[in-house]
Amino acid sequence: MSIMKPSREVGIAGYGAYVPRYRLPAAEVARVWTEGETEPPIKEKAVAGLDEDATTMAIEAARNALQRAGIASQLLRAVWVGSESKPYAVKPTATIVAEAIGATPSVEAADWEFACKAGTETMQAAIALVGSRMADYAMGIGTDTAQGRPNDDLEYTAAAGGAAFIIGPKEDSLAYLEGSYSFVSDTPDFYRRADQHYPQHGGRFTGEPAYYHHISNAARHLMSELGHTARDYTHAVFHQPNVKFPMRVAQELGFSREQVEVGLLVDVIGNPYAGSSMLGLTAVLDVAKPGDCLLLVSFGSGAGSDAFSFVVTNLVVERQTKAPATRDYIARRREIDYALYVRYRQKLLVD
Amino acid sequence: MRQVSIIGIGQTRVNEHWEKSIRDLGVEAVLAALRDAGTDSVDALYLGNMLSGELSGQEHTAALIADHAGLGGVEALKVEAACAAGAAALRVGYMAVASGVIDLAVVCGVEKMTDRLSEEVTAALAFAADAEYEVAQGISFVSLNALLMRRYMHEYGVERSAFANFAVNAHRNAMNNPYAMFHMPITEEAFNKSRMIAEPVGLLDSAPICDGAAAVVLCPRSEAREFNERPVHILASAVATDRLAVHDRSDPLFLRAAYESAQKAYEQARVGPGDIDLFELHDAFTIMSALSLEAAGFAARGQGVRLAQEGEIALQGGIPICTMGGLKGRGHPVGATGIYQIVEVVQQLRGEAGENQVDCRLGMAQNIGGSGATVITHILEALS
Repeated sequence: MSIMKPSREVGIAGYGAYVPRYRLPAAEVARVWTEGETEPPIKEKAVAGLDEDATTMAIEAARNALQRAGIASQLLRAVWVGSESKPYAVKPTATIVAEAIGATPSVEAADWEFACKAGTETMQAAIALVGSRMADYAMGIGTDTAQGRPNDDLEYTAAAGGAAFIIGPKEDSLAYLEGSYSFVSDTPDFYRRADQHYPQHGGRFTGEPAYYHHISNAARHLMSELGHTARDYTHAVFHQPNVKFPMRVAQELGFSREQVEVGLLVDVIGNPYAGSSMLGLTAVLDVAKPGDCLLLVSFGSGAGSDAFSFVVTNLVVERQTKAPATRDYIARRREIDYALYVRYRQKLLVD
Repeated sequence: MRQVSIIGIGQTRVNEHWEKSIRDLGVEAVLAALRDAGTDSVDALYLGNMLSGELSGQEHTAALIADHAGLGGVEALKVEAACAAGAAALRVGYMAVASGVIDLAVVCGVEKMTDRLSEEVTAALAFAADAEYEVAQGISFVSLNALLMRRYMHEYGVERSAFANFAVNAHRNAMNNPYAMFHMPITEEAFNKSRMIAEPVGLLDSAPICDGAAAVVLCPRSEAREFNERPVHILASAVATDRLAVHDRSDPLFLRAAYESAQKAYEQARVGPGDIDLFELHDAFTIMSALSLEAAGFAARGQGVRLAQEGEIALQGGIPICTMGGLKGRGHPVGATGIYQIVEVVQQLRGEAGENQVDCRLGMAQNIGGSGATVITHILEALS
């Protein structure tokens, strides 16, 4: 058996979302680069403000998760942050977050990288820490201010946002874990060297051999070993680099539009990389009902997918409303134009 | 000079072969052709390829493929003529066997295009144009064809929609070819609404970037029956060249090299356009289909599009083209295309074209290099 189940049953004790308020319409990107000729792949993307970064967003999401879990932050034995836009190459974002939320000093803290699945990696690890009884609570966060290369296809969608999940014992969970799985290969579909500001991507190579191959395999493996089919799930959330990819993979796996709709946010917030599939899950948890089965499958370039199967418990009802919902952040919106975007993302050379 | 026959064919599917290198593709096609011919050794390998160096960092490609196909030691040469490389390799193989220098030859066309980003591939394809006088001015291969299409529409008063059926027909035929890249039909409406690449050339006017390899085995006609019950004979093999740069041609809308190589081929075969049962033409762009039909004598100047509009190019029409999908539907792995065209004519003449079978005795294949500076025409005959 290649799927993973911890020796102690665990689940999501609390979750939190954060999306910055600024929105850049994709039509603006098209206006600047192609005189409006290109069909925008999404409506708009979320852009971090001048005083925001992967760390500040992680802290906001973490606070929301603590509100929902209703636990003292000192009970967290790990605060892990997955990101590909961490402010320091050396200096963990996780220690800043851990201190900001009052989880230090008796806490494990580190930053993780696996492109857009860095956040779900932290969830896998948190499941292991709590599942092995090394800890009762551990927090995993996915957060990014994705670097959109000017005049590149990905500029339309590279966005900012983050989500935090506190893993705890099953008895204290609003959704418990049935099992998880990770499917990985050495596939260089998208990467960024340490001294480069913007990543490189492999065009069509990012499709079949990367996104579809890993998500399909991770989802199929997990579902088959758990004895599930697509029909068993109330909601399914996939990594969302655009609208087309998750809709197509969902269809190929046998999911209906309705099953995927609630967790598909990319059209209105863009792709916040490590936060992408995790924010899809927070949106689903915001409206989930006890007994709902949830599937989460992330994708990170390089490449791999993490798949998780959850069952929602009664505790979801009281905890959903304890912090701002994902849609509240989506609704809190201030539109900017390309000029302000360039200023906020510090793309202007000032010396 | 001996007559030459084709006794074996092989091909890979045309696709984005993420898992296969140029070596893998070439070897696969060569082995398939040898198997079909019922032989595991040949005297020579002639390889048609345009971009192995630029896109795979690999030259010396004929020796490489001969080696890995288990033919180590044989005469092996790479032949290049931009996207006419496939037919150029066949020309060399034909001359080798016809002259008596070589008895058994395998001719393979191979191209690997998907290991690089599309901007790099676009830049490489422009090697087929004049580097100093066309490319240095900012021209790309698509834009050259766009200029021709725009001029054609102006001269003859046709709309872009007149070209639609070239693409629709190609895709329709590709549906029944398991080796084709595309297995989805396109509608005239989709063609008309197609995203522009270099106006008026749209996405659906253009053959795709893809990978593939195809191969044929040649032997002297007198020995063909020893290998195959249904050998196919090469009745004509003709090459002509034209001014490389479009702006140097006295009449850019006349593919002079296509006309001349077709004329030479008709003379060699002692036939005329009316005797040709199917025409695998070089539909890299829909404009090329129209111009090829005119240059080869199937339509008057400016009337090429009418053959498409009136359905004459369909399998049941007066001059079926792209019977297995053509460059648009089957795909255009540039240096390999010329051999795919030959393989498909052979399939038709052998009666192995399945749902796309055309009643035929004579098939013509015409491979164009660049915007028409090299054109190579072959006419093949089935043994009745």
